[in-house]
Amino acid sequence: MRDIAVISFAQTPARRSVPELNEVEMLMPAVHDALTQVDMTIDDIGFTCSGSTDYLAGTAFSFVSTLDAVGPWPPIQESHVEMDGAWALYEAWVKLQLGEIDTALVYAYAKSSPGDLPMVLTRQLDPITVGPLWADSVSLAALQARALLDSGKATEADMAEVVARSRKDALGNPNAQLAWDRSADDHLATEYHIAPLRKGDCAPITDGAAAIVLAAGDVARSKVKRPAWIRGIDHRVEPIHLGLRDLTVSESTKIAAGKAGVADGKVDIAELHAPFSHQELILKEALGLGDDTTINPSGGALAANAMMTAGLIRIGELATRISNGEADRGVAHATSGPCLQQNLVTVLEGEA
Amino acid sequence: MPEIQLPASLQGVEAVRSVRTPAQLDYTFTAGDATTRFLKGITQKKIIGQQANPNSRVYVPARGADPELGAATPIEVEVAQVGTVTSFCVVNLQFYGSGMEIPYTSALIMLDGADLSIMHLIQEIPADQVRIGMRVEAVWRDDADIEPTLESIKWFRPTGEPDDVNVRIPGEIRGTGLGSWVDGVAPTELTVRNPRTGEGGTAEFGGEN
Repeated sequence: MRDIAVISFAQTPARRSVPELNEVEMLMPAVHDALTQVDMTIDDIGFTCSGSTDYLAGTAFSFVSTLDAVGPWPPIQESHVEMDGAWALYEAWVKLQLGEIDTALVYAYAKSSPGDLPMVLTRQLDPITVGPLWADSVSLAALQARALLDSGKATEADMAEVVARSRKDALGNPNAQLAWDRSADDHLATEYHIAPLRKGDCAPITDGAAAIVLAAGDVARSKVKRPAWIRGIDHRVEPIHLGLRDLTVSESTKIAAGKAGVADGKVDIAELHAPFSHQELILKEALGLGDDTTINPSGGALAANAMMTAGLIRIGELATRISNGEADRGVAHATSGPCLQQNLVTVLEGEA
Repeated sequence: MPEIQLPASLQGVEAVRSVRTPAQLDYTFTAGDATTRFLKGITQKKIIGQQANPNSRVYVPARGADPELGAATPIEVEVAQVGTVTSFCVVNLQFYGSGMEIPYTSALIMLDGADLSIMHLIQEIPADQVRIGMRVEAVWRDDADIEPTLESIKWFRPTGEPDDVNVRIPGEIRGTGLGSWVDGVAPTELTVRNPRTGEGGTAEFGGEN
């Protein structure tokens, strides 16, 4: 395996709506920032890969227009995934492993504000039996939360602790959309939104973008003092039929964590992509994290959750903390689909 | 495929061969910065192009980023309302939502001063007389009906000027556009100039800028 590292990360401030910019205008600052941090231009990049979906903004082939942000002329080596940018990063990592190139640019973005996000997300469900029911994403998450509570593995108070901690940690994240210091009891005193979920249990709807630069071996060392090396990365998917799954566990995360080697060392920080509070509890168990691991110091997806982007941001947030010496080793997680259907796990580590 | 054994109650039931699951999603679409500036120009009956720097290409309409430089296009340049047809097609089908009388002509028009051709209709000339190189001018709606939409230009019509015999397809010579072949030569690194580094290209095929 080649040593591949995250050498730079940039994101736009998360906002509920960015109506004054189109997607490429919103994305461009993140791409430019990520390249500028390591004194690179698109001409220094061997492969570009992006993650987004046209369903969000309702704009056909928006991912082709947004490629203009990087200056793709003369034609560049490029690819796109209709998934979170974390999977675009995976594709770039595979490409780097082949040894033909030494650098890759990964970016992701979403404008969810033009549409009704929970309704838009119904289009990813089974088109024959579930899609026509318009089962929205929050209701499906509430089914999962109910199953978890009834299993006795967690309580609403446990969920409330996740909410209180995440929003408080978000106060230290200048790019967060939702940040406040309110107790778990204050949260529990609020009304149900879609029971057993309260509004505070749910991630906000976010417009935003992010970009990461990957580099191999000596190129990474020449660009930054302490690259965040990818020591393991793996992703797994579960069946589309919710009834086939035990929603109280995340088997795909567990397998991916094993393949990525999460348990092979101490986990200082875990950045988990949990758009609903109860999902953090499920993920913590699936990843085998102990109480000595700091979870989501950025505030996680409850602080900001740009679709197709929040998973890539988890990797970027962790990489930043490793590169600046705050942590030596950590795990970043990204999810996609309803009720944690698909999960990607990355282990990052800094050199001593 | 294994043989499917249906319970007795379903035997002889006609198979479902298709289902209809209509879906509608509504979006509130915003134009963004570059397109807003372009459409504001339209409300003043001006066609405004945009460029990243004084020496880079002028895009009409601009979509927010110069794809050669990967940069925003803050500079506004008013281009002419007269241009040259660089390609066209004659439409003989009635499309849903189109009120056009067939046959009609859609064309790519390179406005004088622009580096990107816009798509619009050609009218006031029989469809079979439209040709590449033809000089055309914008025909606006009545002033009272001008709105921030490209439909404020009803169509383009011939100016009567002689054809531009040197008309170039965007991408020819200077190596931009969608992979144009020049004189039977593919757009390789030899013929395509990198606008950021100045590398590649030849004097004949795009060494000039």
